[in-house]
Amino acid sequence: MLAYALKRLLILAISLAIASLVIFLVVEVAPGDPASFMLGINARPDTVAALRAELGLDLPVHERYLAWVSGMVQGDFGTSYTYRAPVAQMVAERVQVSLPLALYALLLSTLIAFPAGIFAAARRGRAGDMAVMGATQLGVAVPNFWFAMLLVLLFALKLRWFSAGGFPGWEEPLQGLKALTLPAVALALPQAAILARVMRSALIDILHEDFIRTARAKGLSRRQALWRHGVRNALIPVLTIIGLQFSFLLAGAIIIEQVFFLPGLGRLIFQAITQRDLIVVESVVMLLVFAVIVVTFLTDLAYAAVDPRLRHRR
Amino acid sequence: MTPSLVSKYLGEREGQRPSPLSDRTQSGSKPLLELDALSVAIHGQPILRNLDLTIAPGEIVALTGESGSGKSMTALAAMGLLPHGAEMSGALRLDGRDHGQLSERRLCAIRGREIGMIFQEPMTALNPVQRIGQQVAETILVHRAMPRAAARARAAEVLARVGLPPDRVPPSRYPHELSGGQRQRVVIAMAIALRPKLLIADEPTTALDVTTQAQILALLRDLVREEGMALMMITHDLAVVAEMADRIAVMKSGEIVEQGETARLFAEMRHPYTRQLFEASRHRADLPAPRPDGPLLRVEAVTRHYPGPRAGLFRPGPPHVAVNGVSFEVARGERVGLVGESGCGKSTLARTILGLEPVQAGAITLDGAPVYRHGKPDRAVRRRVQVVFQDPYGSFNPRHRVGRLIAEPFHLLDDPPRGPERADAVARALIDVGLKPEHAEQHIHAFSGGQRQRIAIARALIIRPELVIFDEAVSALDVRVRAQILDLIADLSRQYGLTYLFISHDLSVVRGITDRVLVMRNGEIVEAGATETVFDTPAHGYTKSLLAAAPSLPQPPGGGHADDREPDAR
Repeated sequence: MLAYALKRLLILAISLAIASLVIFLVVEVAPGDPASFMLGINARPDTVAALRAELGLDLPVHERYLAWVSGMVQGDFGTSYTYRAPVAQMVAERVQVSLPLALYALLLSTLIAFPAGIFAAARRGRAGDMAVMGATQLGVAVPNFWFAMLLVLLFALKLRWFSAGGFPGWEEPLQGLKALTLPAVALALPQAAILARVMRSALIDILHEDFIRTARAKGLSRRQALWRHGVRNALIPVLTIIGLQFSFLLAGAIIIEQVFFLPGLGRLIFQAITQRDLIVVESVVMLLVFAVIVVTFLTDLAYAAVDPRLRHRR
Repeated sequence: MTPSLVSKYLGEREGQRPSPLSDRTQSGSKPLLELDALSVAIHGQPILRNLDLTIAPGEIVALTGESGSGKSMTALAAMGLLPHGAEMSGALRLDGRDHGQLSERRLCAIRGREIGMIFQEPMTALNPVQRIGQQVAETILVHRAMPRAAARARAAEVLARVGLPPDRVPPSRYPHELSGGQRQRVVIAMAIALRPKLLIADEPTTALDVTTQAQILALLRDLVREEGMALMMITHDLAVVAEMADRIAVMKSGEIVEQGETARLFAEMRHPYTRQLFEASRHRADLPAPRPDGPLLRVEAVTRHYPGPRAGLFRPGPPHVAVNGVSFEVARGERVGLVGESGCGKSTLARTILGLEPVQAGAITLDGAPVYRHGKPDRAVRRRVQVVFQDPYGSFNPRHRVGRLIAEPFHLLDDPPRGPERADAVARALIDVGLKPEHAEQHIHAFSGGQRQRIAIARALIIRPELVIFDEAVSALDVRVRAQILDLIADLSRQYGLTYLFISHDLSVVRGITDRVLVMRNGEIVEAGATETVFDTPAHGYTKSLLAAAPSLPQPPGGGHADDREPDAR
């Protein structure tokens, strides 16, 4: 198990190194001068030159890369050109919204998907299954921003249970959580639909396995066999999807953040791109890559926790 | 067995048991399981018809017959585990209670407690993410027969009883850490943990090697003797039946066509189907006399190893040696058998001969030309060797028509035939294997297992190879079909003077179709010689143990062919 974890950790480190190199090369070394790109076509040459000096573009490539990486390791992500503020600080503010939102949505999606998927698999082909499958079909087909608008119409405008948008910060945690509830639900519903379908089909596959028949021959009822032998075996594909979904939720919430006026990472990167603020783009992208790689690492550990066969594969 | 646990929790049932060994036959004792005109239909399609069968405590009754004859369905009916849409009529009584009248709840209480079941495929019968001790204890816990701690102790005890003592195979192991035979022992332990009255074993040894099979059969026999269980044994293998059963019921198309005491049934064989099964089981193909004509295949000191599991993060582990310094020759026109247990390296050897894998040492040449050159199989050599695999379904693309499937090896030719020439070749290949040219237009799913294997042979023959490798090519077939395919293989050898390398774990098959045999163990050839000599007077201890472990058929009634297998020394 330890060897397995160490190897995953090594893969994590290598992935990070490669990712940082690729991002750096694409943004800084690709044809075209970052400084003139950031300033636009009509910039005066001396402004460009000043920015070049400020960005350190006159230094050799490898020194710039090392400076960038060592800065990030120490928490220095550079300074945003447009906002004239440290990127680290900007990102930290946004992460306070995006990370809880992603976790919240993931929790909701799992809480909806597991029971729904298990319920449908246990009643395969019957009315309950068809109802769940119909609902998930709808959930997959309807975009999340449309859910978001419906939620706002119902819970914010009509019932007035929640506010229609904005984020009050974490001074009062309950208020913060409340503000994230509608966005989290809107994000969670389509994810839950996908996850429920994966859970259902994985479980149906498992229910055809010989060991389920063995369990029945031992005297377990259909339901007992499903819970004691089916669910854990069905978790592997489900965990894969959960890992992918978390990565998506962290950065992919742009539209939902727009709908609910949330100061999240998605909006930050969107604004940075429109304002050609390459330093912010570069740092946020690196951060997201880091998050994805860490999540993959955690998913790998979760696999091994679920399936003893993987612990021995190094 | 610790008397405390058993007597404390299971002991009260001891009194109901007839004393073991006293009631070996059903005469006089009340039957434990009784099938009374039992019929089963699934969605209106009759599957079992009017079965009458009884099994008494301490008795071993075998159900035998070919696939689809209803053996397994009978077992599922006894367990109350018939598939959806199944309707049962007649009666199936265990201890006088009719299972057809019981609720699912009552059946759950009976399964595992009164009836234990063992399945064919030990590799998949266990939950891969649970420890074996836990899985055995579950049988006890689900019936609330003992408190948790006692159940764990009992699980360890049963595992030890089936030959998995805690010091060698601790109950904390996971199934993937066990061999096939050990896994089957775990399945048996789960089935007998609560000392059921009836044990049902559905092809319990079909997936196992012959020596493991002998051990598992001995274990089952001992359990029946010692614990006074009744055993319903389902198997297609008449030799196993002959060794194990007190009584036999022969099934065909959902009916029991003949049943009786083992010795008498084999002596009389009243039903023609029984006789056909018996004859097919001991079938020897009529091989033309070998006319060896110079060496064709030459395998010289071949070693093939795979990287082993790593010893550390950066330290490669010791390599796993699959084939170790193997040398042999096959003469043109010769039929050579390669036998050995699973994992002995015979399939790896076959792949290296096909040029599908490189070797680490030694050389494989066909007519002097190496089969593997410059990191890939040599096409010119490769087209002279073809192969037929075990699973005739898995080795065909289900979306292509048979004509296209058969013509596949043409890509090995530099100038493959086209148009009518190609169609002719396909038609000829189909006729050669006993099919019709019009079969070329159909898809593979339209064919039975035997026909599929004929198609696989047609595919191997279409480019007129010199050497054909059969890798467990008849292992998955029913005995009567197997006999036909073996005859076909012999005919083709006569017609085209083909050279065969026949790989199988099944000694009786190899004996019937080869001139010479190689016995392989742990990557090495331990014995080689003329087939009859090796089988009659094995020299190597391993060959002897293989032959001794293989169950044998009784003598046919009224004498038989001169070459009948001797009943074993046992």
